[in-house]
Amino acid sequence: MDMTVAKKKLGLKERYAVMTRGLDWTPSYQKMEDIYPYIAYEGIKIHDWDKWEDPFRLTMDAYWKYQAEKERKLYSVLDAFTQNNGHLNVTDARYLNTVKLFLSGISPLEYVAHRGFAHAGRQFPGPGPRVACLMQSLDEIRHAQTQVHAVSNYNKYYNGMHDFHHAHDRVWFLSVPKSFFDDAITAGPFEFMVSIGFSFEYVLTNLLFVPFVSGAAYNGDMAAMTFGFSAQSDEARHMTLGLEVIKFILEQDPDNVPIVQRWIDKWTWRGYRVLTLVAMMMDYMLPKRTMSWKESWEIYFEENGGALFKDLARYGIKMPQCAEQIALEKDHLSHQAWSTFYNYAAAANFHTWMPDEDEMEWLSAKYPNSFDKLYRPRYEFWREQAAKGNRFYNKTLPMLCQTCQIPMIFTEPGDPTKICYREVDYKGDKYHFCSDHCKAIFEHEPEKYVQAWLPVHQIYQGNCFPEGTDPTVEGFDPLAAVLKYYNLEHGRDNLDFDVSEDKKNFAEWRGQATKNI
Amino acid sequence: MAVAAVSKYEFAPADTQDKFHGAQLLYIGWEDHLLFCAPFAFPFPATMRFGDVVAGPMQAAFGYHPDFAQIDWAKAEWFKSGKPFSPDFDKSLAENGLKHKDVIRFRTPGLTGIKGSCS
Repeated sequence: MDMTVAKKKLGLKERYAVMTRGLDWTPSYQKMEDIYPYIAYEGIKIHDWDKWEDPFRLTMDAYWKYQAEKERKLYSVLDAFTQNNGHLNVTDARYLNTVKLFLSGISPLEYVAHRGFAHAGRQFPGPGPRVACLMQSLDEIRHAQTQVHAVSNYNKYYNGMHDFHHAHDRVWFLSVPKSFFDDAITAGPFEFMVSIGFSFEYVLTNLLFVPFVSGAAYNGDMAAMTFGFSAQSDEARHMTLGLEVIKFILEQDPDNVPIVQRWIDKWTWRGYRVLTLVAMMMDYMLPKRTMSWKESWEIYFEENGGALFKDLARYGIKMPQCAEQIALEKDHLSHQAWSTFYNYAAAANFHTWMPDEDEMEWLSAKYPNSFDKLYRPRYEFWREQAAKGNRFYNKTLPMLCQTCQIPMIFTEPGDPTKICYREVDYKGDKYHFCSDHCKAIFEHEPEKYVQAWLPVHQIYQGNCFPEGTDPTVEGFDPLAAVLKYYNLEHGRDNLDFDVSEDKKNFAEWRGQATKNI
Repeated sequence: MAVAAVSKYEFAPADTQDKFHGAQLLYIGWEDHLLFCAPFAFPFPATMRFGDVVAGPMQAAFGYHPDFAQIDWAKAEWFKSGKPFSPDFDKSLAENGLKHKDVIRFRTPGLTGIKGSCS
């Protein structure tokens, strides 16, 4: 009698099939539309979920094994960093402000991405994308946690990082990254995948993640650099997922093309506006620069993104129109952003400063068409005033864009001397925008964006003071009350780097480590 | 276009005038002076005299700039939503036709910022 001997091990392909598609079933007594209620309303048509291909064919058991190995390596480096006072090896204490910006602006987004991918994965009827979303969801929470751990060592010594998540939900400029991600997770599952999976993780990731990680490497920040390497293989998987999502949706039905194009247009622009923070970080906040924002945009978007959109042309997808305006802004973006944070240095959770003479030279070499003409005179004036004890702290709140929530700092495309104003009347109220693209996004879904929590308006409505504050008492200082609400201490967490505790402490501690004092 | 949603999607706008404790928002930008990174947002009562806005809050907000003291207000050009506008300094914001969330700008001929850089 012949006996069938069970094979002990499955091959990779079989294993993937068993552990993804093999775990799926067709419901018999519940309707599909009840189980997957969000899958139809966005207008995307999917005919065959099995057409989904996962290029990594990663299964959960293998996933845990890889991730555990990476965690072990990461934490041993972090331990060594802590034990050896690694924080004193960064180029200059100004660098720490990059860490503060990352921790309060980006790390909380990793956590929201975790929630977003968990939600999207739950909503997809296909087992392939469901498993891929599950893994990305886990990656994202791991990234949030490892970033917090990597940065926590700096928090023992430097200011402004003590309550980053509280800050993320309240501080005026942090509403920019926060509202970006809130917009994505409140969209349907397909728009979420295009917004975060494709536009953010695929098209723009090299402009976000790489500058921080290479900035960390250039500036002696072993902790953040090691985190970056630990996340790198995950990021490669996320990029592949993002591209796979787009191709899968586009191949399923020609009616999907215009919807996806609109989402790509919207999310490329939304993502680019968030990158304003990265642009100024690259050009101003890294004591040792990696490359300029402009160079980075040219390599990662104009060259690499250009090739990507050429590839997507066969599906009928075009380069987003906003790329033309972005090209006009690349000589100005970082300077306009840094000027803004210099203006509002009294209300932020990190320090700002004027570039020194060498840095001004670097800026004018990298930006020959704009820096000396438009920005150097402004900076020289500010520097002279600061030297006279009259450092500029703008105390009046700015007008914000209803969509991206950034102050209206951007100039007319093609005229960097004029602020760009756009407005719309909707149901009896006026709404203002920084650009045609933010205006178009509002006009497509005004019901969504009229709800925007704009920090400036919220302050004026009295919603950003600690409980029990009476703004009608004589001598009420709104800035002081708002800083309390942010849980930031005036004179310690804010103001110019020159007068900061960070600067003083770093010099003293490094002095102890390198000199006989 | 309406937002795509699974059911009725209606939520109150966040910034209607009733939420500002008797004030209305007015945005003010100074052309050619980007040392102030963005136009300002102010909450004012609709009954406030326009001249008092200029002499009080605008002086406080823009006064840091050396050009501000040199402004000849008789020559200043005003714009409301980008179109020419002639405010009467003795009348209130409401009497000047200014409503909640209106945006005005002013140009000061001859004054173009630090070393003419529009800063």
